[in-house]
Amino acid sequence: MIRMSILKTIKYSAWLGWEMDSNWTDPFLFFLYSIVRPIAGTFLVVLMYWFIKAPEDLFSLMFIGSIFYMYIFNVLFGVSWVIQEDREHYKVLKYIFIAPSNIYLYLLGRALSKTIVTTIAVLITGVFGVAFLGVKISLTNPLLFLLTLALGLTGIAAFGIIMAGVSLLTARHNFFIGESLAGLFYFFCGVIFPLSVLPSWGQIIGKMLPMTYWLEATRRALLGFGDPSLSDMPDIKILILLVAFAIGFFFISILSFKFCSNLAKKKGILDMTTWY
Amino acid sequence: MNNLRRNLKAVYARAYVRIVGMNREPSWVVFTIFLPLLSVAAFVYVYKATAPPEIINSLLARVIIGGAMLAFWMNVLWGMGNNFYYEKELGNLDLYLMAPISKTSILLGMALGGMFSTTIRAIATILLGAVLFNVSFTLESPLSLGLVFLMTLTSLYGLGMLFASLFLMYGRGAWHTANLMQEPIFILSGFYFPIKFLGFFIALLASFIPLTLGIDAMNQLLGGSFAKKWSLLPVNLEILILTGLTAVFFALAVKALNFMETMSKKEGRLTLRYM
Repeated sequence: MIRMSILKTIKYSAWLGWEMDSNWTDPFLFFLYSIVRPIAGTFLVVLMYWFIKAPEDLFSLMFIGSIFYMYIFNVLFGVSWVIQEDREHYKVLKYIFIAPSNIYLYLLGRALSKTIVTTIAVLITGVFGVAFLGVKISLTNPLLFLLTLALGLTGIAAFGIIMAGVSLLTARHNFFIGESLAGLFYFFCGVIFPLSVLPSWGQIIGKMLPMTYWLEATRRALLGFGDPSLSDMPDIKILILLVAFAIGFFFISILSFKFCSNLAKKKGILDMTTWY
Repeated sequence: MNNLRRNLKAVYARAYVRIVGMNREPSWVVFTIFLPLLSVAAFVYVYKATAPPEIINSLLARVIIGGAMLAFWMNVLWGMGNNFYYEKELGNLDLYLMAPISKTSILLGMALGGMFSTTIRAIATILLGAVLFNVSFTLESPLSLGLVFLMTLTSLYGLGMLFASLFLMYGRGAWHTANLMQEPIFILSGFYFPIKFLGFFIALLASFIPLTLGIDAMNQLLGGSFAKKWSLLPVNLEILILTGLTAVFFALAVKALNFMETMSKKEGRLTLRYM
């Protein structure tokens, strides 16, 4: 009974997320809109690599990093943005809080709809990369890929919910918080260049971020090779790190969201509006 | 005379609000300077990882100039194009329309205020970028550079005024359109690589976006010998085209504003919210 209720909340909030994101236009146009922006973002870096005639291996590393970064940007940033949108734009956050469904599950459902749309963009860009850009995806380790994807997406969604909790308490900074985090990951996780190019302090920061290992495992699973500066790390060690990331962030997100929402209620800022 | 004075006051008032509004939260200044630097840094390291040493300075200069000019594009899209949409959502648009001033004065004030605030951020990006990534700029002709910068901004904000007029009628569609115009324009304007690389005809088409010619000219004037090799058109010709674009965009913006205002009133969508 409880399991049914959990699934129902996730299902309907995912559906609501889709409806809210797409109701300004017809589904086809929304589909195009959802994929054009991330693909253009990837293509920008592709053109930089083409212009400089970079080595093929480096290009493939960048390509995989770039397309899977879409999940980091869209899901992590998107989930924290849900709070903003519901609170400040639609002004429905307080109603969602008093509804009989669980707000954490509601956010998970919203993350699910963003993950599905992003997966379509990742698939289309990936197929385009293989067909026209000469990226050689060999899927050398399908099991590693599936495990990595599941663990990474769980961790990213949980991270998004942690940020959503922070958004409940902050005014006027929410856009910057999400963008800053996404920008930091883009820079320090070696998304579009190998980590070894960074100065030593930058490499240390990069090696402390779980997203770095998520991208590394994805590259190894899809290409058969990864970032040379992480080559001394065996697959199993990376997987253990990703398990810790997913489980750890999942529990932190539950606790931190509960803490932040209680604090927001106490302070009476649950439905504040600061977009003026 | 009274009418002109009133409109000039409206321009000043709208610009003032924009300057003060953008700086009302001190931490925003830090975010708006350092956030663009993060993506600039990522693109700098792409070239550091891949480019031959002899051309790296020109490329890094291009990335920094692109990163600085990107702030203007974002300001035009979100601060100009979408502004009437935000005002509509907040309920201020009705007040603007009732006031005894020209709507163009509001747009002009918005443009001037946005230009001022964004210029400070762009200068900070260039200075910090040059220091952090050890990039040297070769300033050949300060006068031409000043002219290019001025004409790029006036034509760009003219385009912003045109967007604002066109987006006036649309609701969420405008928001999504602005979203959609971010990354593709980063490609078409040659923010991070020479636009000529896409082929002369694509570059020529992309020249309708003032940033394309502006960035190309700025790189020729600041980026050293390799930047000249990658240039699209001579600087003087680019200044001339930018001047023409300024006139065209301003004229179109005024026409579009009147047309869209009338049409939105007829269709009853002028103050319609959440749509």
